[in-house]
Amino acid sequence: MANLTNLTLAAARDGLKAKTFSATELTQAHVKAMEQTRSLNAYITETPELALKQAAASDARIAKGEAGALEGLPLGIKDLFCTEGVRTTAASKILSNFVPQYESTISAKLLAAGAVTVGKTNLDEFAMGSSNMTSHFGAVENPWRRAGDNRPLVPGGSSGGSAAAVAARSCLGATGTDTGGSIRQPAAFCGIVGIKPTYGRCSRWGVVAFASSLDQAGPFARTVRDCAILLREMSGFDPKDSTSANVPVPDFEAMLTGDIRGMKIGIPKEYRMDGMSAEIDALWQKGIDMLKAAGADIVDISLPHTKYALPCYYILAPAEASSNLARYDGVRYGVREPGNSIEELYENSRAAGFGKEVRRRILIGTYVLSAGYYDAYYRKAQRVRALIARDFEQAFQKVDAILTPTAPSAAFAMGEKSDDPIAMYLNDVFTVTTNLAGLPGISVPAGLSSDGLPLGLQLIGKTFDEGNLLRVADVLEKQAAFTATPDLGGRA
Amino acid sequence: MSLDKATVAHIARLARIRVSDAEQDSLAGELNQIMTWIEQLDEVDTAGVEPMVSIGAVKLPMRDDVVTDGNYPEKVLANAPEGRDGFFTVPKVVE
Repeated sequence: MANLTNLTLAAARDGLKAKTFSATELTQAHVKAMEQTRSLNAYITETPELALKQAAASDARIAKGEAGALEGLPLGIKDLFCTEGVRTTAASKILSNFVPQYESTISAKLLAAGAVTVGKTNLDEFAMGSSNMTSHFGAVENPWRRAGDNRPLVPGGSSGGSAAAVAARSCLGATGTDTGGSIRQPAAFCGIVGIKPTYGRCSRWGVVAFASSLDQAGPFARTVRDCAILLREMSGFDPKDSTSANVPVPDFEAMLTGDIRGMKIGIPKEYRMDGMSAEIDALWQKGIDMLKAAGADIVDISLPHTKYALPCYYILAPAEASSNLARYDGVRYGVREPGNSIEELYENSRAAGFGKEVRRRILIGTYVLSAGYYDAYYRKAQRVRALIARDFEQAFQKVDAILTPTAPSAAFAMGEKSDDPIAMYLNDVFTVTTNLAGLPGISVPAGLSSDGLPLGLQLIGKTFDEGNLLRVADVLEKQAAFTATPDLGGRA
Repeated sequence: MSLDKATVAHIARLARIRVSDAEQDSLAGELNQIMTWIEQLDEVDTAGVEPMVSIGAVKLPMRDDVVTDGNYPEKVLANAPEGRDGFFTVPKVVE
């Protein structure tokens, strides 16, 4: 029964169906991998007992011929999804003792499909970050290291724990959330696949809110097919989320036909940025050549407002965060710090409970929404957002999907960029545009840097066109034939 | 526009986050750096552009105005730092 953790999610599903191994054996293998890779700090809360109980129930359902679509498959759940009876922290001190009394819609759907949940994965505090360095529960280490260099690297963020766990093979897939790139950038840094679906595709109910007009959940896995399988189960209308879309959910896996002949792929010239590394540029060209070889037509396009997406985001996201995080007051749940008045109790609880980056963003958000600045900053950013969305609308009249790099660099070392918030924010320069426009985007591992680290390419699709987006991503993945795996060496 | 220490104190008060005097100085520097970077948005001509407030449906769905949930005070209070007799408790608000 060697290497059950090296199976893809699809292969594990098929193996369970063929009764080659049991859900309990599959889960035990992943629980063991979780223990062996504990030094990565990918999980805030491990739930091995729960997982084994779920696996036993899966085995019983398989025996009765009642298996669900994800029956017996071990997954990680980002610790931003509320899980009934299992502590949910958002990687913040202020929620360090919070035990939800309800289950998020997405995790409930995964459980209903038979999934096994091995633990709650680490993240940047309240999903605010691109390195996973802002977690109250400590940084996550990327399973990858540079060739000949022992320094620990970041897994990206904010869903760094989910990406590291999937790359380290302690789960077959994991949930993430993406507000500005928090699924796609960590997927690229860890050499795996991650998709942020169209805004509204997956319910946000029960997911700790960061910026509600931008937040969208999606899956991580090691292949495009695995992401397609997970996304189908995560998607769908939810009356409890008024922004969730009442649109049909196709069988995404069935749309992976391998045929993209005649599809038009846009290459936006504005994504070729000053100071972009030659390596990233070369990878992008390689991706263009691969899609061309598969029969796609390459079309040059322009997205003129691209450079304004990040500053636009850093008004809108903190503004929404400052409103969303107003609920953490030390009264109804979460950490309380005493005070002589209720005002003092609020101020003390929030000062003690929020980390530095979260405080910084709440203050920026409060500032741009405050009297006298609302029009100059917040309204202005909403207008720029409209222009960014319009750029995409116009481009998608000419193309079916857009190809770009996922991130401007490979994974960086822990501590790098930490003292300069803007340098950190620039990680999301290629991903944040799709959050502003509400479009789906996927990162596919496409090559290695000169020092042996994975690099990702991003494909952006039309609204609710994840099926075709996954189809192109599947072809890109096959052409790139990325087979490298992290050397966990002494760490596993 | 320069974001000074007094402004930091003001927005910290609005956000109900206690920020020490020393932190107000360093935060003023950090927030200024970020706001200066953000101000490149001023280059964009947005005359006549409607602000985009959300993605997708302009009209939010309506449902019948009926109770669909509730009746479990013990669950609502399960995570309360302090509570008594089915209520959240806070320091004395009214003298």
